[in-house]
Amino acid sequence: MDTESTYSGYSYYSGRSRGSHRHGERSRDRHKSRSKDSRSEKSVTINTPPAEPLLGDTAVRGEQVQDDNWGETTTAITGTSEHSLSQEDIVRITKDLEDSVGLDCRRYFTRTLAIILGLLVFLTPLAFLVLPHILWPDKLQSCGTACEGLFISVAFKLLILLLAVWALFFRPARAGLPRVYVFRALLAVLVLLFVISYWLFYGVRILDSQDENYQGIVQYAVSLVDALLFIHYLAIVLLELRQLQPCYSVCVTRSTDGETRHYNLGQLSIQRAALAIIEHYYCDFPVHNPALLSASKSRAAKHLAGLKVYNVDGPGNNTAAGIAHSQSRAMIAAAARRRDTSHNELYYEEAEHERRVRKRRARLVVAVEEAFTHIKRMQEEEQKKAPGDVMDPREAAQAIFPSMARALQKYLRTTKQQHCHSMESIQQHLAFCITNNMTPKAFLESYLTPGPTVQYSRDFWRARQWTLISEASVTSGLKDGTIFLLKCVDFSLVVTSKKIPYIQMSEEYIDPKSHKFVLRLQSETSV
Amino acid sequence: MSFVPGQPVTAVVERVEIQKLRQGENLILGFSIGGGIDQDPGQNPFSEDKSDKGIYVTRISPKGPADLAGLKMGDKIMQVNGWDMTMVTHDQARKKLTKKREDVVRLLVTRKSLEEAVKHSKCSYPKH
Repeated sequence: MDTESTYSGYSYYSGRSRGSHRHGERSRDRHKSRSKDSRSEKSVTINTPPAEPLLGDTAVRGEQVQDDNWGETTTAITGTSEHSLSQEDIVRITKDLEDSVGLDCRRYFTRTLAIILGLLVFLTPLAFLVLPHILWPDKLQSCGTACEGLFISVAFKLLILLLAVWALFFRPARAGLPRVYVFRALLAVLVLLFVISYWLFYGVRILDSQDENYQGIVQYAVSLVDALLFIHYLAIVLLELRQLQPCYSVCVTRSTDGETRHYNLGQLSIQRAALAIIEHYYCDFPVHNPALLSASKSRAAKHLAGLKVYNVDGPGNNTAAGIAHSQSRAMIAAAARRRDTSHNELYYEEAEHERRVRKRRARLVVAVEEAFTHIKRMQEEEQKKAPGDVMDPREAAQAIFPSMARALQKYLRTTKQQHCHSMESIQQHLAFCITNNMTPKAFLESYLTPGPTVQYSRDFWRARQWTLISEASVTSGLKDGTIFLLKCVDFSLVVTSKKIPYIQMSEEYIDPKSHKFVLRLQSETSV
Repeated sequence: MSFVPGQPVTAVVERVEIQKLRQGENLILGFSIGGGIDQDPGQNPFSEDKSDKGIYVTRISPKGPADLAGLKMGDKIMQVNGWDMTMVTHDQARKKLTKKREDVVRLLVTRKSLEEAVKHSKCSYPKH
């Protein structure tokens, strides 16, 4: 069909599948289902062709209303969709480029700013101490023992400040966020103002008047370092401690299959909350498998494909909105009257699928257990005796892999996981299990249940670009009832937050001696 | 039949005289009692006031001496041979009823229907 070739052409050209193109092992099915998913996300008009005339906005595609031969004009429809897609494509590619360039620029910019600020902060006390010696050495009073003691304290405090700043700020960046981190910016401004004010004071009162009291100058430098340590304490409290106490319970739902998790977050800005949620997503949510969604999509398509609405009045009689309205209403009415047995099909299909999966699973378990009995770990003494026919874990894995390969492949195909695991990765995993004396059940665990995204190979989640969609500003804090979306290429995460309620607790004292009991008697005696 | 502490208890009672029957070496009366000040009054199915700790007749053996004398199930025993039964423990009540030397027990029992009957009779015959 023509549509098939254009679809695959799209997936070749799109920026996103630059990544997927690298991995030729992925089946074509995945390409197709992926491109179809993205299609349905972008706009309503780009559906499978039978659906388009029913739901499309006729005001936009007015020239197609008269087209009764939509089956033959499929190429024209995909022509328009290809246009719109490629335009969006270009827009997205340029946006990606801009973003990446912009982000890099911004990261370097902030980094250089931070380095300049850091150097300023560290060199200022030293400058305060050294400048009098350079500028008016003869007028300066000599430094007594108390003064020299202060030198030691300045040195150690600067060392502590250096270590603390390294611990708090010099960590590898976890993510690139859309807006600047407000607290950090405020702290930087505060430090800058602080250091500038100290320099002003120093410049006016000490440099200009050429003060001879060196001890006073040293104490001034010590006070600067103390104040910097306090600012660092403020930084710890604002940046790290404030968000530790849980304040909000957020509910994260994946839009494609409804997987939901709940997390507790403290008082964070929306962008930082989004970052925390994405990190939790990679560790907690089972990996997103688009192949599992095809069943519901085909059912939806069947619902729509059952009816065709023709407009026999021709255009121009009603307004475009009226036509669309009447079409959809006619469709809904017809669908309500139609006796739908699709629920029956669903039930039997699911039961059948369940049976098939269980049968394949049983075969797989037996095959793996049998394969594992073929190899045995060699003991130390035996190693010296029989050097021949000895294998290292990788070779052992390769030796027993063929006996279980077929069963494993069939099982993965039945559960639609075959694109998640390549043969290479399976053999690696097998070698790993053999090395660590794991049982067949332990080996199979990673194939029987879908694990979190982070456990799969990096190709799965390396090319992830997340977009934060929010009505409130992303630097504003989380509030009760905040809703935002984290959009990825294949799916989106819907996040709602609720405030953990204020708890009013009162106390009641119970005297330990007040625990007394009596028997409940009810006897009946015959006389 | 409820009592107010400190106030005398008034009730309409019926005199029941039961001849004990000799069965082997025991003298039996042919009914069972429940209740007592050491028992849980809430579980008494026959009392109207669930805090009434009096002695109640819980079972009557058919054709036994008590049945023949006219004792009914659910009766509250107020006196046994002159001994008060409204403020006794279960065991005390049993002892008063099963004295080996007595062949006959004279009970004063009360039940709801007695009150009704008296009220009814009061209403039916207007005062002269």
